[in-house]
Amino acid sequence: MTASSDASSVAPRSGPSAPVGPPPRRSGRPYGEWLLAAGLLLPNLVLLVIFTYRPLVDNFRLSFTDWNIAAPVAHYIGFENYKTWWHDPNSHEVLRNTLIFTVCAVGISMVLGLALAILLDQKLRGRNLVRSAIFAPFVISGAAVGIAFQFVFDPNFGMLRDLFHRIGIQVPDFYQRPGWALVMVTTTYVWKNLGYTFVIYLAALQGRRADLDEAAEIDGASAWRRFHKVLLPQLRPTTFFLSITVLLNSVQVFDIINVETRGGPQGYGTTTLVYQVYRETFVNSKAGYGATIATIMFVILLIITVIQVRVMDRGMHRD
Amino acid sequence: MTDTAAVTGFDSDEKPTGAHNAEAASFGGTGMKIAGYVGMVLVFLVVAGPLFWIVVTSVKERPDIYTQPAQWWPAHPTSDGYHSATTAIPFWDYFRNSVIITAILSIAKIVLGVMSAYALSLMRFPGRNLLFVVIIAALMVPNQITVISNYALVSQLGWRNTYQGIIIPLAGVAFGTFLMRNQFLSVPGEIIEAARLDGAGPLKLLWRVVLPMSWPTLIAFSIITVVNEWNEYLWPFLMSDDSRSGTLPIGLTHLQNNDGITNWGPVMAATVLAMLPVLIVFLALQRHMIKGLTAGAVKG
Repeated sequence: MTASSDASSVAPRSGPSAPVGPPPRRSGRPYGEWLLAAGLLLPNLVLLVIFTYRPLVDNFRLSFTDWNIAAPVAHYIGFENYKTWWHDPNSHEVLRNTLIFTVCAVGISMVLGLALAILLDQKLRGRNLVRSAIFAPFVISGAAVGIAFQFVFDPNFGMLRDLFHRIGIQVPDFYQRPGWALVMVTTTYVWKNLGYTFVIYLAALQGRRADLDEAAEIDGASAWRRFHKVLLPQLRPTTFFLSITVLLNSVQVFDIINVETRGGPQGYGTTTLVYQVYRETFVNSKAGYGATIATIMFVILLIITVIQVRVMDRGMHRD
Repeated sequence: MTDTAAVTGFDSDEKPTGAHNAEAASFGGTGMKIAGYVGMVLVFLVVAGPLFWIVVTSVKERPDIYTQPAQWWPAHPTSDGYHSATTAIPFWDYFRNSVIITAILSIAKIVLGVMSAYALSLMRFPGRNLLFVVIIAALMVPNQITVISNYALVSQLGWRNTYQGIIIPLAGVAFGTFLMRNQFLSVPGEIIEAARLDGAGPLKLLWRVVLPMSWPTLIAFSIITVVNEWNEYLWPFLMSDDSRSGTLPIGLTHLQNNDGITNWGPVMAATVLAMLPVLIVFLALQRHMIKGLTAGAVKG
C-alpha cells in the first residue's frame, strides 16, 4: 500500500520550477531501491503463494487422504483414492464427457471464430454492429447465460422447440437425455465464448502482412490456396495461443454446467472433471477424493499443454 | 511486442487511411459479397435471438409463457416478472454485494498489478526474473485445483459468508502483472532516463511519467478485471450460503433453484437485470476491452 499513498503525496507537486530533489544517486547503494521493489512485489507474491501455490501443494497432499470436508482430521491412505477413481465406471463417463465437451468447444469456437473473423474483415456495411454483437455474450456471466439457455432449450416451451416445430421437426428432450444435455451445455459455451476467438483472430487478420496476400492474388492463386498457403501459416501463432487458452478455459467450465444440468441427467450425463471435483468434494463431502480428481485434472492439463507447445515448436521450425 | 495495428479494436472502418492498411484481401466478387451479407444476418440472428427471447419472456404473463406455439411478442406485457424477481430473492442485496465485491477486488487487483509490474519492469534487484516467473506461472494453475484447500483455510478463519472471504483469496494478480509489465517495458528508455536525470525517484517516475503514458493499457486491464470479477462464479458460490455475501450470479442460481422451469418469467427477468449492467459497460467500453484481450495474443 505504500506505493499509492506515497505516489499521491507526490502528485500535487506540479509547477514548472518546482525545486528538484536530491541529485540522482543511482550508483553506490541500491538497497533503497531493493527495499522499495520488495514492498511493491510482496503483497501480490504473498497472496499468490498463500492462495495459489500453497493450495496446489496441499491439494496434492490431500489426494492421499480420506479427508471428509466436515471432519477435522484426515488419514493417509496412499493411492487408495487414485485406485477408486480409476475403477469407478462413472469416472470413465466423466472422462468421456470432458473429452467430448472440450474437443467440441475448442474446435467449434476456433473454426467458427476464424470464419467469422474472415467474413467480418471484409468491407461490408454494418459489420461493426455484427462484430459487437458477436463479442457481447463474452462479457455476460456464465450463470446468466446458462440460465437463459436452459430456457432456450426447454423441450416444452423453449425457443428452439418452437423454431423447429414450425419447420416440422421434433426437438429431443435436452433435459433428460444425457447426450443431448451435453449438446445443450456445449452450445451454450460456444455461444458465450465465440466472441473471444473471433476478436483475437480478427485482430490477427488486421495486423497481418496484406502484401503477401496481394502478391498471391496477383499470382492468380485460388481463394482456397490463398487461405491455406498464405493466411493460415500467418495465423499460426494466434491459432497456437487460442488452442491453449480456449482449452484451459473450456476444461474449467463450472458455472454453465452448475445452472443448466448440475452434472446430470441420469447421474453423470454432463459431469466433466471439474464438476466431478465439485460433486465429490462439496456435495458428497469426500474432499480427499475430490482432491485426487483435481490432481489428475491438473496433470492431464499440464501434459496437454506441454504437447501443444512441442507441436507448435516443431511447426515453427518447419517453416 | 503487442503494439500493432492489430489492437485497434473495431474502429478500422473510420480510418481507412491508417498506416498499416491491412484491409482484407477479399476472397471473391459480388457473389461472395451477397453471401457475406447473408452470413452476417444469420450470425446476428443467432446471437440476438436468444437475448430477444429472454427479454420478451421476462415481460410476459405466466400463462403466455407456458403456451404452444410460443408467443414471439408479449400479448399482455407486464412488469410482474421483474416485481417477483426482486422480491422472491433479496435481489438488491445480491446486487449490492456484487457492486461492493467487484469494486474492492478490482481496485486491489489493479493496484497490485501496477505495483508488481512496475517493480518487475523498471526496477533492478536480484531475483527479478525468477519472481516474474513465479507470478506468471500462477496463470497455469486453474482455480478448481486450489478451491478445496482454500475452502478449508477460509472456513477455519471463519470467513465464510463474508466479503473478505471472497475478496482476499482472489486478489492475487498474474495476468494483469503480465499485461502491465509489457506495457511499462514499451515506454521508451530515453524518456525514463531523462526523468531520472531530472531527479525523479522510482515512485515519482511511476506516477508522473510511466502511468500517464500507459493509460490505454491500464484502462483495458481495469475493464477486463471489472468484468471478470463481476462474473466470478465458483469461489463466491462456495463461500456464500445466502444474500449475506452472495453475488448476483449466486442469487440468480438460488432463484433458479426455486422457480426455474416452473416459473420462467421472474427467472428471465432476473437474468435480464443481471446481464444489463455488464452489457452497458461493454457497449460503452468495448474497444478498450478488446485492446486488453488482444494484447499479448497477437505478435507484433
